[in-house]
Amino acid sequence: MRASNSRPLLRLLDFAPVALFVAVLLVFGAMSDKFLTADNFTQILVQSSSTAVVAVGMTFVLLTAGVDLSVGAIMFVGAGIAGKMALAGQPLSLCVLTMLGVGLLGGAVNAVLVTRFKLVAFIATLATLYIGRGMGRWITQTRAMNLPDSFLALGSAKGLGVPLPLLIAGAVVLIAQWVLSMTPFGRQLYALGNNPDAARKAGLPTTRLLTAVYLVCGVCAGLGGLLALSQLGSVSPKFGELYEFDAITAAVLGGTSLFGGRGRVFPGTVLGAVLLKSIFNGLVMVQADPYLYPLITSSIIFGAVLIDSLRSHLMVRLGRRKIRVEAGAN
Amino acid sequence: MDFTPNNAERPKTNQEPVVVFERIEKSFFGVKVLQGVSFGVGVGRIVGLVGENGAGKSTLMNLLGGNLQPDAGELRVNGHRYTPRNPKDARAAGIAFVHQELNLFSNLSIAENLFLTDFPLLGIGVPWIDRRALRSRAAELLRQVGLDHSPDTLVERLPAGERQLVEIAKALGAEARVILLDEPTTSLSSRECERLFALVTQLRDRGMALLYISHALGDVLRLCDDLVVLRDGERVGSGATKDFTHDRLVSMMVGRQLNQIYPERRAPIQTGSSESMASPDGGAVLQVDRISQPGIVRDLSFKLGAGEVLGISGLMGAGRSELARILFGLDPFASGEVRLSGELLTGSPRERIRRGLAFLTEDRRQEGLCMEASIADNLALVGLPANSRTPARFLDFTGIQSAVTRMREAVKLSAKATDGQAVRTLSGGNQQKVVLGKWLLMEPKVLLLDEPTRGIDVGAKFEIYQLIHQLADRGAGVLVISSEIEELMGICDRILVMRGGEITGEFRRDDFDRERILAAALHSSKA
Repeated sequence: MRASNSRPLLRLLDFAPVALFVAVLLVFGAMSDKFLTADNFTQILVQSSSTAVVAVGMTFVLLTAGVDLSVGAIMFVGAGIAGKMALAGQPLSLCVLTMLGVGLLGGAVNAVLVTRFKLVAFIATLATLYIGRGMGRWITQTRAMNLPDSFLALGSAKGLGVPLPLLIAGAVVLIAQWVLSMTPFGRQLYALGNNPDAARKAGLPTTRLLTAVYLVCGVCAGLGGLLALSQLGSVSPKFGELYEFDAITAAVLGGTSLFGGRGRVFPGTVLGAVLLKSIFNGLVMVQADPYLYPLITSSIIFGAVLIDSLRSHLMVRLGRRKIRVEAGAN
Repeated sequence: MDFTPNNAERPKTNQEPVVVFERIEKSFFGVKVLQGVSFGVGVGRIVGLVGENGAGKSTLMNLLGGNLQPDAGELRVNGHRYTPRNPKDARAAGIAFVHQELNLFSNLSIAENLFLTDFPLLGIGVPWIDRRALRSRAAELLRQVGLDHSPDTLVERLPAGERQLVEIAKALGAEARVILLDEPTTSLSSRECERLFALVTQLRDRGMALLYISHALGDVLRLCDDLVVLRDGERVGSGATKDFTHDRLVSMMVGRQLNQIYPERRAPIQTGSSESMASPDGGAVLQVDRISQPGIVRDLSFKLGAGEVLGISGLMGAGRSELARILFGLDPFASGEVRLSGELLTGSPRERIRRGLAFLTEDRRQEGLCMEASIADNLALVGLPANSRTPARFLDFTGIQSAVTRMREAVKLSAKATDGQAVRTLSGGNQQKVVLGKWLLMEPKVLLLDEPTRGIDVGAKFEIYQLIHQLADRGAGVLVISSEIEELMGICDRILVMRGGEITGEFRRDDFDRERILAAALHSSKA
């Protein structure tokens, strides 16, 4: 009886982010005539690109019911080192590779803490978050670095008329979507997040899977850092700060569950990231009080997590073991 | 090569069974759960394994699956010694399990569940799932188990019975030759059962060996070719199914002499049984009136008298623990009412504790104790509000200390244990005494006990029985849930039997009969 009410409600919750997106477009569109223009929209997409890439990596981790709080710190360390190298005259390509390498390394540290030392992901990555920020500050001497124009040129470059950051983010999304839906690795990730106990019993390589998601998330953070640099052109001591919350919010807004096993990169996480940036962009357009921003962001995070929790609650209710087989049920 | 059936290497029969258990022994913490069990499962046979809760069935299964290793004896598969170290070894040996609680991933499609560790790929070394091959191979397996669904259907959309069939399809996909089914019918409707039985029979006819574990004796007698009966870790009977009758099976399963000692039970002050219901409130401390919760319990009514020890018997999954959780306010119920001393019982567990209800759960480690906290802290937990009466609610440590000391003596906690010792370091029996002491400190009007003596040595059991009787003698009502019928017969004034979320039998002390109680637990018609 209850089950029959739960399913439509579940549908409704799945639909909530799309509804929110439409509402955001309508409200800001009505308040500012510059908001719903093609130029502004391209701008929003470019601004979303670094968040989207980091959030894609985060989605991998969230699918296994883990979390990676260190992504912003990884971005900072990567940007700090790459910035120093660029100022010392190293070629751009080497700087880019370094950022990705730092991401991979950061992910590897997280993976070891989670799989070998069996630390809870939240605690392990909280530790690496502080280590990373500390290292970044030490590398940059807490001074802002203005990078050579080659970084900014990267941000404004175009391929086939599409801004380069968008192309890169698009490629990442495409590859991630393929990995998650078309490879054994991807499908096994969903299984692991759904029921880790059964996954072990079924003989899935759980340690390898967990290691891989933190590596993926680290590399995505490195790449996200590069995209952010290409728009900012400088590394400040606050570079990458709170990116972990943007990434988690984007993923959860897009329907990825914090409880694991549920979520998609496209449209899910991408939609979440664009939605988040649209709201920021809209707030600027309507010249809202900057002190309101944190309140608005936090209420969005709260709403997204509330929806996720409600949904998981309903799923549990639907899947609860029955003692009696009632006539007419199912 | 000589293929004559009776060659020297196979002396016993002309065809050795696929799976052989030989003189298997296994102990846990010094308690023997399997004592030299031997039997085999042959090609094209369905062997039924029956026994009461705790007879050793699940241990045997865990040995076969590689989750446990035997202390002595030998397992053989296809004539070779078989020593699995993990579930993977079992799979490699062609053994598949269909468990009561299914191991499917509800967020994936049927096809993905079937081939999760062995996806068909577009090319060797190319990590790209060949969706078409996946779909067609899954469809073929689904056809074999008679499941009419698209392979792309998400498992979470399937009812329990069809998930069971997917598990079997998975076994077929892994090319298993031995399939072990553990209580496969507990959550199935009768139509789903029929479908499962037809499939199992068909698999047997295709030459598979099937081991079928179930409490549903009617099903076992109908479906199986051979039967093995376990009791207390020993094989007490085996042979062709036609040599067994329902009644004979039941008496073999329970036919043991009482080997535990129970304290003598004085006549209770009052009981809430049918006779006394005639009087207006019958002295009942707890009245349960037609409570129902869809999918869990239906129309449960009973009374618990002051000073009465009421037992609830039934098999695993009969809804006994769920009933206790509902009474304690942990789970909801849709209709009906519960009264404590004549007044409606509602609200949170906290409120119910205040009104005099106590609940010792079946899992003392997770739910009953703070394992890292001290004995004193655990004992004092429920009694804290009574020891913080000043307006500022400061704790009265002297009062708490004297209560702790009093309760330690009352429950006869081992003298070696100090008040500050962590509960984790205690034996199971002493841990349970701490939980019991915690509740006794509030002098409950009604105490609910769920498997109070599970995993506890005989001496501590006796003392816990005594405490239960003492509490009842002081006028409280005690409800004891236990899987051991003997235990309930030893300590209760009255026993209710549950099956499928309903009460299917009621027995008074002078009317206790092991076989009839078990019969009521197994099928409602005979109650």
